[in-house]
Amino acid sequence: MIRFVLTRLGVLIPTFIGVTIVAFALIRLVPGDPIELLVGERGISEERHAELRARFGFDKPLPVQYLSFLGNVAQGDLGNSLVTRKPVLDEFLTLFPATLELGLCGLLFAIVLGIPAGIIAGVKRGSAFDHVLMGTSLTGFSMPIFWWGLLLIILFSGILKWTPVSGRIDLLYFFPPVTGFMLIDSLLSGQEGAFKSAVRHLILPTIVLGTIPLAVIARQTRSAMLEVLGEDYIRTARAKGLTPRRIIGLHALRNALIPVITVIGLSASTAFSGAILTESIFSWPGIGKWLIDSVARRDYPSVQGGILMIATIVMLVNFTVDILYGMINPRIRYGR
Amino acid sequence: MTKRFALGGVALFAAALLSSTVQAKTLVYCSEGSPEGFNPSLYTAGTTFDASSRTLYNRLVEFERGTTTLGPALAESWEISDDGLEYTFNLRSGVKFHSTETFTPTRDMNADDVVWSFERQRDAEHPYHTVSGGTYEYFQGMAMPDLIKAVEKVDDMTIKFVLNTPEAPFLANLGMDFASIMSAEYADAMSAAGTPEDVDLNPVGTGPFQLVAYQKDAVIRYKAHPDYWAGKAMIDDLVFAITQDPSVRWQKVQAGECHVMPYPNPADIEEIAAHPDVELMEQEGLNVGYLAFNVEKPPFDNKVVRQALNMAINKEAILDAVFQGAGSVAKNPIPPTIWSYNDAVEDYAYDPDKAKAMLAEAGVADLKTNIWAMPVQRPYNPNAKRMAELVQADWAAVGVEAEIVSFEWGEYLKRSKEGEHDTVLLGWTGDNGDPDNFLHVLLGCAAADDGTNRARWCHKPFDDLLIEAKQVSDVGERTSLYEQAQVIFKEEAPWVTVAHSIVFKPVRKEVKDFKIDPFGGHIFYGVDIEG
Repeated sequence: MIRFVLTRLGVLIPTFIGVTIVAFALIRLVPGDPIELLVGERGISEERHAELRARFGFDKPLPVQYLSFLGNVAQGDLGNSLVTRKPVLDEFLTLFPATLELGLCGLLFAIVLGIPAGIIAGVKRGSAFDHVLMGTSLTGFSMPIFWWGLLLIILFSGILKWTPVSGRIDLLYFFPPVTGFMLIDSLLSGQEGAFKSAVRHLILPTIVLGTIPLAVIARQTRSAMLEVLGEDYIRTARAKGLTPRRIIGLHALRNALIPVITVIGLSASTAFSGAILTESIFSWPGIGKWLIDSVARRDYPSVQGGILMIATIVMLVNFTVDILYGMINPRIRYGR
Repeated sequence: MTKRFALGGVALFAAALLSSTVQAKTLVYCSEGSPEGFNPSLYTAGTTFDASSRTLYNRLVEFERGTTTLGPALAESWEISDDGLEYTFNLRSGVKFHSTETFTPTRDMNADDVVWSFERQRDAEHPYHTVSGGTYEYFQGMAMPDLIKAVEKVDDMTIKFVLNTPEAPFLANLGMDFASIMSAEYADAMSAAGTPEDVDLNPVGTGPFQLVAYQKDAVIRYKAHPDYWAGKAMIDDLVFAITQDPSVRWQKVQAGECHVMPYPNPADIEEIAAHPDVELMEQEGLNVGYLAFNVEKPPFDNKVVRQALNMAINKEAILDAVFQGAGSVAKNPIPPTIWSYNDAVEDYAYDPDKAKAMLAEAGVADLKTNIWAMPVQRPYNPNAKRMAELVQADWAAVGVEAEIVSFEWGEYLKRSKEGEHDTVLLGWTGDNGDPDNFLHVLLGCAAADDGTNRARWCHKPFDDLLIEAKQVSDVGERTSLYEQAQVIFKEEAPWVTVAHSIVFKPVRKEVKDFKIDPFGGHIFYGVDIEG
């Protein structure tokens, strides 16, 4: 097992270097000069333009810029934002808990609803429930997030007035961020009603963000269940006279879960990309929105730093999923 | 920042207890984005100015709320020398800076603060010049380094600016956001504490509100400055709820989660106007959207061709299709809200037949050209591509074939500055309400050299009027000069003046005395709220 973990870890390092190159190169491949964008219609003299380029280090050859970026990354320094002039890492760490909180809630929502729904649909294949579920999940999967989000806001916040329109907590509540997770901070604040308000604010964004993973997980669970239920050992179990509950819950589910875990691992990264739109709709102060703004302004340090951080996190999640596989299924651990 | 939150929270809580019998008045403004920071001299975005210069700071002179008229602020009065080179300001006494948990001012605002605020931007050797990655693009952009020879403290309450050349718009420049006055005493204290960037992060100003807390992309909280020199604000707490999406902002206004919002979706305007709890305020924006002919490229060097192509365009149709009612036809290069706007100027009437005849007369046949269309939405042009298509169709009707060209925004600005275009769509939003800020910046000979004049049009009789208008400080005299300049401009037709946009502002009815700022800002001092 240790060897397995070490091999997987060994793959991470070249991947990380690759990611730094991609993060550095991507934003520079997009046409547009951050300094021109900074001054807009007003324009800037050539001397001043050159002066600013030198100030930001853009006058050096790209390989030199890359090496200096890499050197700084090795020391934990992602540089300063061109827009706010603040350290990119600080900005990322301030905003990241909001994205993580929403991402986890969305994923939890998808898992808690998706797996049981998938199991039922798989077991009762061809039933009305199965058809409705598959139809709904196809709709959920193909729904544009932006439209879906606005639709929910108009219905639940605008017409029914059940949930707040946007934000993380009612403006009435005001306390220092301790962990950055609003659910935890609102409890720590001890202010009456703060936690409830935080939960109410989470409902719609969670649904919007969780919709696509929910559809994917439900479909994956269903097809994995169908496959497993057709296996010989299930027939044997049935022949042995085990209760259907035991067959499905113990023998079938455990084996069906492997592809589902893969999909959940992948959904974690989809949750990040979904977060970009969800955050924009719900004014959720996370990294998705921040990254979009940074790209629009060609804020090189923020974009490359942000991409690097996100990629690192996704890599670590996948690494964990790999290890989990190894634990669930020894064949993966020893397979060559 | 955490400490600031904790103390700020305690302070708010205490304030809430004290005022338990009298409900604190809180106004919530759904702002469109996060400020870049809290020092207005470091940045250029209007969103930043709303959150900093217009709430936390004051300037020597300021525009009266809702107008482009300059009035006294931190300076009570001023004199301009006869040669127009010396501006002497008498400062207001008893102006208090904000107190924060890390800084308590020991003195009132004085000339040292003014000197500090300008020298930081002007003098590369100033100890604060490079703090917070200091680049002062507005100060640079308004050519202040070339203009200002010296900023002198005459005595504690008198300050003198010495200029290199006479420049009448200088006074209006001092009313701009970058010219906000910051505390020299606070800067010294933060320097001594080894945290100079705190001056920009945890702002101390003289303005009507002071910062309580900021959470990026979420919320900014202010409270009224109790010792504000012009009297405490009528609202006690001001909150900016940062909400990027315009449709969501409108939902929040309807739900009563915020009172005022900027930049509504054009598609929502009708619904907003009909809402019983909301007043839809509107005003012409301080901007102009135009199509510039590159007069260095034939046949656009011929004014008859430019006039003919002006006549070939149906502006009313553009207004309907592109602005959907949120704009008015422009005939002058400056908007009607600016003084010296010449209403006597007559625009070219839409007349394709005459346009055709004039082109034939100028010997232009089978003209092939291009129209550059911006890739972004701007206040003065919500959909440049659509506008370009309409112009293309109008010109096709008079036998001119035009290809539509576009680039990424930064690239677009750069290439059009270098004059690669035949004709280009662009526009301008005014900085200081001075006609010079449109005419000289966009159409002067100096601007033709540096490229900001996208028509690359340098016409001496026109330019002479602008230069003369810079050198006299009498507004009546300047008005007459600018009025003449607008007549020449129309005759020479270096642009097609397309439109001035109309700015809409949904405001809930419990908000009293909110005024639309012609500069596009959002100002909450002087605003009250009921219930």
